Amino acid sequence: MSIMGTRVVRTEDPAFLTRGGTYTADIALPGALHLTLVRSPVAHARIASVDVAEARSAPGVVDVVTGTDVDLEPVRMGPVGHAAMVRPFLATDRVRFVGEPVAAVLTEQAYEGPDAAELVIVDYYPLPAVVDLQAAARDEVLLFDEAGTNTVVGFGLEKPFDEHLFDGCDAVVTAEIVNQRLAAAPLETRAATAQWGDDGRLTLWCSTQNAQATRAEVAGWLGIETARLRVITPDVGGGFGAKIGADPEFALVGWLAQRTGRAVRWSESRSENMTGMLQGRAQRQTVTIGGTRDGRVLAYRLDILADAGAYPRLGAFLPYFTRSMAPAVYDIARVESRARVVATTTTSIGAYRGAGRPEATAAIERAMDMFATEIAADPAEVRKRNLIPPDAFPFRTKGRVTYDSGEYAKALDLVLDAAGYAGLRAEQAARRERGDAVQLGIGLATFVEITGGGAFAEDASVEVHPGGTVTVLTGTSPHGQGHATAWAMLASEHLGIPIEMITVRHGDTDLVPRGAGTMGSRSLQTGGVAVDQAAAELVELAKQRAADVLEAAVGDLELVGGAVRVRGTDASVALGRLAETERLRTEATFDSGAPTFPFGAHLAVVEVDVESGKAVVNKIVTVDDAGPVLNPLIAEGQRHGGIAQGIAQALFEEVVFDPDGNPLTASFADYGVPSAAELPSFTLLDMATPTHLNPLGVKGIGEAGTIGATPAVQNAVVDAVAHLGVRHIDMPATPLRVWEAIRAGSS
Amino acid sequence: MIPVAFDYVRPESVDAAVALLGERGEDASVLAGGHSLLPLMKLRFAAPELLIDIGRLEELQYLRLDGDEIAIGAGTRHTTLEASELLDTECPLLPAVARTVGDPQVRHRGTLGGSLAHADPASDLPAAVLALDGTVVLRGPRGARRVPLTGFYTGVFSSVKEPDELLVEVRVPRTGAAGWAYEKFTRRANDWAIVAVAVVDGWVGLVNMGPTPLRASATEAALAGGASIEEAAALADEGTDPPADSAGSTEYRRHLARLLTRRALTTAGR
Amino acid sequence: MKVHITVNGVPADTDVEPRLLLVHYLRDTLGLTATNVGCDTSSCGACTVLVDGESVKSCTVLTVQADGTDITTLEGLSPSPDELHPMAAAFRQEHGLQCGFCTPGMVMAAVGLLEEHPRPTEREVREGLKGNLCRCTGYHNIVRAVLRASGQDPDAAPDLVAPGFSTGSGT
Repeated sequence: MSIMGTRVVRTEDPAFLTRGGTYTADIALPGALHLTLVRSPVAHARIASVDVAEARSAPGVVDVVTGTDVDLEPVRMGPVGHAAMVRPFLATDRVRFVGEPVAAVLTEQAYEGPDAAELVIVDYYPLPAVVDLQAAARDEVLLFDEAGTNTVVGFGLEKPFDEHLFDGCDAVVTAEIVNQRLAAAPLETRAATAQWGDDGRLTLWCSTQNAQATRAEVAGWLGIETARLRVITPDVGGGFGAKIGADPEFALVGWLAQRTGRAVRWSESRSENMTGMLQGRAQRQTVTIGGTRDGRVLAYRLDILADAGAYPRLGAFLPYFTRSMAPAVYDIARVESRARVVATTTTSIGAYRGAGRPEATAAIERAMDMFATEIAADPAEVRKRNLIPPDAFPFRTKGRVTYDSGEYAKALDLVLDAAGYAGLRAEQAARRERGDAVQLGIGLATFVEITGGGAFAEDASVEVHPGGTVTVLTGTSPHGQGHATAWAMLASEHLGIPIEMITVRHGDTDLVPRGAGTMGSRSLQTGGVAVDQAAAELVELAKQRAADVLEAAVGDLELVGGAVRVRGTDASVALGRLAETERLRTEATFDSGAPTFPFGAHLAVVEVDVESGKAVVNKIVTVDDAGPVLNPLIAEGQRHGGIAQGIAQALFEEVVFDPDGNPLTASFADYGVPSAAELPSFTLLDMATPTHLNPLGVKGIGEAGTIGATPAVQNAVVDAVAHLGVRHIDMPATPLRVWEAIRAGSS
Repeated sequence: MIPVAFDYVRPESVDAAVALLGERGEDASVLAGGHSLLPLMKLRFAAPELLIDIGRLEELQYLRLDGDEIAIGAGTRHTTLEASELLDTECPLLPAVARTVGDPQVRHRGTLGGSLAHADPASDLPAAVLALDGTVVLRGPRGARRVPLTGFYTGVFSSVKEPDELLVEVRVPRTGAAGWAYEKFTRRANDWAIVAVAVVDGWVGLVNMGPTPLRASATEAALAGGASIEEAAALADEGTDPPADSAGSTEYRRHLARLLTRRALTTAGR
Repeated sequence: MKVHITVNGVPADTDVEPRLLLVHYLRDTLGLTATNVGCDTSSCGACTVLVDGESVKSCTVLTVQADGTDITTLEGLSPSPDELHPMAAAFRQEHGLQCGFCTPGMVMAAVGLLEEHPRPTEREVREGLKGNLCRCTGYHNIVRAVLRASGQDPDAAPDLVAPGFSTGSGT
């Protein structure tokens, strides 16, 4: 019986559940120094002086380093931005966000670090903070004087918007929407440990989603050959996009280890994490949608002003994806979009679960609801009227990407049926009629997203050892996604060897020099397919070897239960035996050449206490179609986590800076990560539409839940109070905001 | 994050603790459950030179009837209040409020006396004891004194308790069958209250409506004068000075105080 | 200061600095690194262990406060990786963990919860675990695991239990 598509419990769990994972902070090298960073308490300032004399004489202090001591060149850390928008590894003459590292304190004991760090005296000459995006775009206060502008990059700014875009539309709606800044907030904060070996090589243990890219970046920043750097990613306690690539602190840890000749450990506190780790989203959008009174959308415009934070990183590029996905699941004749990305004196923006696509989905899903309200139509019906039909695939969109496959209306119908949409609307009408304090809201989102974008290729190797155990090497290193189990399933399917005998290794660049990591929901459709192909090729290799041993023609051989057998006979030889004389190992590279486009539909039911403004999610029903499912247990887990993060954006979370650039949400007491008590259980529906872009037919599942759930819940909150004159509520829809919207709506 | 270094003593008795406070009260902090103090120390918002740990003093851990009152040792943990059959019968508001404090881990450590002494206006139990017209017993070098909670708090994190005094007992009346309710409004279940309202027998305590826990005096007076729940609740924010933050504007908190008072009075059935 | 603490059945006398947090005693002094630190504000619960059988956030307890106690961490819960404690087994069966970072604290909090509420409803599980944050699972499968570990069939639980509007209670 095939193991594919079955609910296999994870092979990695017994270790996690008995000794705990081994995270970077758990790696205790003998004699290692502890790094404590002195971070800027002000958002924007010139540094007049840094006095480390007193700190140097504090107990346990081995070294105190300031920016002028560091001989590494400041670097541009993102794919886009002016050449002058570079970041030093410790600030020298200027700080540009609260939390920017200014000095490094190295102590023998961890507890000595914070004591000594308090003694570093930095004289800041304050400069005006730049927090508001429109103000940043006006370039009144510049972050990088030499750049001459705060604009990091523009997409589609070359030509003006078409003034005739909405010609012929009976109804046109426009709105300003905030897609708020979020913290990825993995439970494990950032950490790195570095040690130089006698061979002149640096080993860097760090918490990252992609060891290989981290190696390339850190080696480049340190100015050493990549061959001299070994990056090891132990267990990683969540990433959600914010641990893509290296952080500047990683290179600093390596540099300090070289300077001191000692191993150096760094593990940040949560308060540091909430200002130092990459954050996500942070777009202000102006959406305009127009169409006919009978519900046909004719034109859509998305104008984006995006925040890059202080030093442009990956996040500055993500509005590109937002533009690509602007038209979403709809066949709209005229679509245009543009984006301006600006630097501000705040924490840098990177990828966060969905990374550019949730922003596109949230914009158009709010727009569809507003359009439906404008023409007094049911939002489900308006969506159906405009969905790309199933016979249109592959479909070239106005966002200039090609959707591979989709059955959007079917997904929407599935959730409407399962949720009992008509009954919910009847219940809503009854509550409105009665004037209940607790009103019902029903929110929809139909969505499509890109997975496996950016890096299409991935390697894998499969080796059977004498004795019959198997090692799979992959460049897709997990941080919770269950690769150890899933990749073992793929190998087991071909080899007939039980998954308990298959070890999946990853995240060590000496072992796996090539790989693009785990991000963008890419793993299965790239790395997984490579494992599948390597395992299939290993079977062929084994048959060729077995043909000699068994004195049979390759065509007469079959693989059964970990052995090659002559069909119809008892003559067989185990794979482990075939590995005794010569390594039995194959490698495969799979290059999909293009991303895939998972899709789905989410329906959220919320109740809103109109007297207090508090909204709670009662029910969420979703289709997240990512093609055939390898392991439903794991895939459902990805959906659950994604849905929770979607609800979190809609109702709870927002990174807030005051006008002076001070973070107001720099701890878990202030930043609203929801607990189990704020969430319901989720209702997941199955649907599997394969892609033609890989032999397994699979797409990515990691981010779908977040992309769909966010606008579904937001739409539901607005829907619950729409009869009170409310047209839009920005996320997160806090009780305060909902209450204020109701007051404004009914005044 | 870790605290600044400090000295630590674990006195064997209340007398010894009080004596220590007499010597070093200005530089010392009293440690009971530590769930208010240690987070502040870890963030280095507080850095006492000496911690006096009273967390194990069994003489501060009791719950007993004393005439018309219930006497509760200051070291009684929230989890003990929650599970107390005596309180469930004689003063059911208190265990109900205790169940809403923090999370189970916090309630396993936190104490009633610590919560009251910490004087956080956003805290649940002070407003509940205030609504109960409770009293605290303070012991210091000059002896013991009883202070009604209505006169205990002087501002945010401050009270009439002198640095050399130890809060040793909390006394609340037996409310028996009187109606009661606690309405706590939070964004997340584990957050501090944006506003909360404790009602018992027509008395009303407010959480986070000013620098100290407060009584809704105008509401109480209106109720005593025969006003309806709606009329009385509409006065709940009179005389308050609520803070403004990202969870709530002052106007919103005033609205919540009125709304939650109405709901609590309705639940309590006056 | 000298402390005598029993961790996972092993007693030890150790001299510690008064400010040493219990979580660091476990992790750094004893090398029991399953217990993690996820925040500074006692919010996340990743550091939850059992002290004399009760769930406690070990980042908010001084080691000296734990003098004389009996502590259980995740390492002391299951006899072996092949013989998981019923709660750990339920977490595995229901896929109640992904990255594993919150897991030690979550499992210990759940064990403590069932000690006090042997057959909780879904709502009680959710409220009982509100001091523990997980960023991966959305809690769906954690809740199922705890229900299963309590001897209940998570699929037989009532359809849905939404969070309430108020934690208010009264007569």
